[in-house]
Amino acid sequence: MADTTQNGPVLAADGTPLKRSLSRALRMQKTRALMLVAPLLLFVLITFLLPIADMLFRSVENNIVSDTLPKTVVALREWDPASGEAPGEEVYAALAADLQVAEENKTHTRVGTRLNYENPGISSLFRKAGRRVSKWDIETDGPFKEQFLDMDKDWGKVEIWQTIQTYSPTMTNGYFLNSVDLMKGADGVEVRPENERIYITLFIRTFIMSLVITCACIVLGYPVAWLLANLPTRSANMLMILVLLPFWTSLLVRTSAWKVMLQQQGVINETLVWLGLVADDARLVMINNQFGTIVAMTHILLPFMILPMYSVMQTINPSYLRAAKSLGATNWTAFWRVYFPNSVPGIGAGSILVFILAIGYYITPELVGGTKGVFISNRIAFHISTSLNWGLAAALGTILLAVVLLLYWTYDKIVGIDNVKLG
Amino acid sequence: MSINTVEPQTPGFVAAVSAAAGAFFGLFVGTAQGSGLLGIVIGAVLLGTMGFVFAGMAEREKALRWIIFAVFLVAGFALGGLSVALVGGLFGWFAGWFIFWLATSRYRAPLAPYLTPGQVLWHYTFRVIAGAIFVFLITPILVVMPLSFNAQDFFTFTPEMLRFDPAGYSLKHYEDFFNNPDWQQALWNSLKIAPMATLLSVGFGTLAAIGLSQPHVPFRRAIMAILISPMIVPLIISAAGMYFFYSRIGLQGTYFGVVLAHAALGIPFVIITVTATLVGFDRSLTRAAANMGAGPVTTFFRVQMPLILPGVISGGLFAFITSFDEVVVVLFVGSAGQKTLPWQMFTGLREQISPTILAVATILVVISIMLLTTVEMLRRRSERLRGMSPS
Repeated sequence: MADTTQNGPVLAADGTPLKRSLSRALRMQKTRALMLVAPLLLFVLITFLLPIADMLFRSVENNIVSDTLPKTVVALREWDPASGEAPGEEVYAALAADLQVAEENKTHTRVGTRLNYENPGISSLFRKAGRRVSKWDIETDGPFKEQFLDMDKDWGKVEIWQTIQTYSPTMTNGYFLNSVDLMKGADGVEVRPENERIYITLFIRTFIMSLVITCACIVLGYPVAWLLANLPTRSANMLMILVLLPFWTSLLVRTSAWKVMLQQQGVINETLVWLGLVADDARLVMINNQFGTIVAMTHILLPFMILPMYSVMQTINPSYLRAAKSLGATNWTAFWRVYFPNSVPGIGAGSILVFILAIGYYITPELVGGTKGVFISNRIAFHISTSLNWGLAAALGTILLAVVLLLYWTYDKIVGIDNVKLG
Repeated sequence: MSINTVEPQTPGFVAAVSAAAGAFFGLFVGTAQGSGLLGIVIGAVLLGTMGFVFAGMAEREKALRWIIFAVFLVAGFALGGLSVALVGGLFGWFAGWFIFWLATSRYRAPLAPYLTPGQVLWHYTFRVIAGAIFVFLITPILVVMPLSFNAQDFFTFTPEMLRFDPAGYSLKHYEDFFNNPDWQQALWNSLKIAPMATLLSVGFGTLAAIGLSQPHVPFRRAIMAILISPMIVPLIISAAGMYFFYSRIGLQGTYFGVVLAHAALGIPFVIITVTATLVGFDRSLTRAAANMGAGPVTTFFRVQMPLILPGVISGGLFAFITSFDEVVVVLFVGSAGQKTLPWQMFTGLREQISPTILAVATILVVISIMLLTTVEMLRRRSERLRGMSPS
């Protein structure tokens, strides 16, 4: 006893002050924990986070014009589109020189394709010019302005040159403007013509359909979760298998099952016709439209709603309801004023999860959505694999990612990411 | 308990409720035969009379139920052969059970004695609604299974199938699956990719989960959020990013690239299940092992690993099924050489080629049932090991 009450710091067995010894032990613990996590963090960084970052970068990247037409970009800097006249001879000479180099490297068509996204028609101009320019001698064959105009009088148009000038910086917000149905016009940002506006509609549709799916999941999931939470454990476990089985079944199996059920010669239509509820020549169209997407996705996402609801409802004491009823509440009042408020956290957790998953769905809308039931994801996939406009795909993806991350952050704040449970 | 006066019901009540049920079924049969109204009347009269007559004979319940069952079975067979006999038999079994369930007041027994008739009615209505939702959850899977034995190339039940004619069934779609080189190649690719991806995510994931469940981890929340994100970020965005980035570093279209991508997608599942197992892990066990002279490696393999193994295995199964089912990422990151089973199904579904897809789907459902059973057994074992009561 006397030793420990001495003046000066308390010492550990090896003579160092206890405080320092403890903090060193804590530091070692922290380092060890981080060392254990480090390999995985590095792995996720390389295989997952860098790809996402790459996508974000691509949504603003615009090197192609300045890389392929370096001299033209410099020469065009002096030109003012407001003058209403095509640029002077020096710009055409620079373009001829650039195109000749680009032709050799076979890159002139890529510039054409890139600018074609912004101003349809440029692609063919560049292709034609590349073929012609390769035969010229840059040193002696000038002046070039006349020859370009002879080749195609479009080369004298102000708009063409304006597009080249607008997209010569290495960074652009053009893809983002495009993905919200805007474009860069003569005087700054302007709205696209009516017939080219599709993305805002698509975003709104994705949003609304995800909301509908989430609501359908709440309506269908709530009674099931209630039943599971209030049955004896043994029967609840049996019924739980019915919820978990679809959860474990391949997404494609469930989507193909819905395709089989919903199509015009499918199981549901056949049954309805057999029952005489629907005439044979007026079979219901339930697939390749929004209805098909909503039904199939509600079915696929329902377990994600039931599981969080169930785990919350399990913790609600059933005697609350009995207490409310013994105090004179009707069934409905007891449920609405006592049970339901207690179950709201479960609804919230399930809803955010289902909404996050729904908003980014690709496979199911692609297979059962037709043209009216597709989501923004399908458009992203289209731009990556079919139209090859990767910048626009990246910009659309970035917007979608921002929405999802915002919801993810909300989920983390409300539910806590540690509380995600599987089965 | 003595308050609970569960007395047999009056014939009138049984007759009325049975008649309502009869009318409901009669509606369907009637519309199918051409006249809904006639069906309702016949069904109501039939079941109502039966209810009225049998309500007083509860003591001979067993024999009567067999008789009702047999009568409906035979009547069904006489009317339309084997399949109608099956429907008739089912209906007869239901009618017998329902009438005596009402007549002996068995429906009232499990409920609290103070409930009003309205509340009892609502209780059972609610059960029926919940039952319908369960049917919604499970039907698509159940429909796929019998259709995969279809002898025709249709995606629907043929008349032969409904008549239980053996000629309506065949294994030809399964045969096609096992003989078609496209499907076999796809299956083989899936089996090559999924285990490698699982191995990677389980290896890294278990280490990290152990690190994350130490008592003092700096930035725990942020790290957790990053590690779970592959599950949250829409697959199409992951796929797009991986496509762009992997083509830059030459991994796009290679086996290794697909494995890496799938491993990244499987990691959240491993992290979630293994950290959940580690929550109940008693830390004094590792200290005790260290106290008796075991090094960290020995402690891990001899003490910690056996206890968390069930969690690790279920995490691994989750990772496996993630990779085995994944189609979006492989569609972009893979090339024709890495065509997996889901990819082949996806193409098949888009182009509407053959019901072989349904045979594959049935096989996949069977696999998922096996995996689900394994995971469920492991979960219970893990809870027993940790001294928690299995639920």
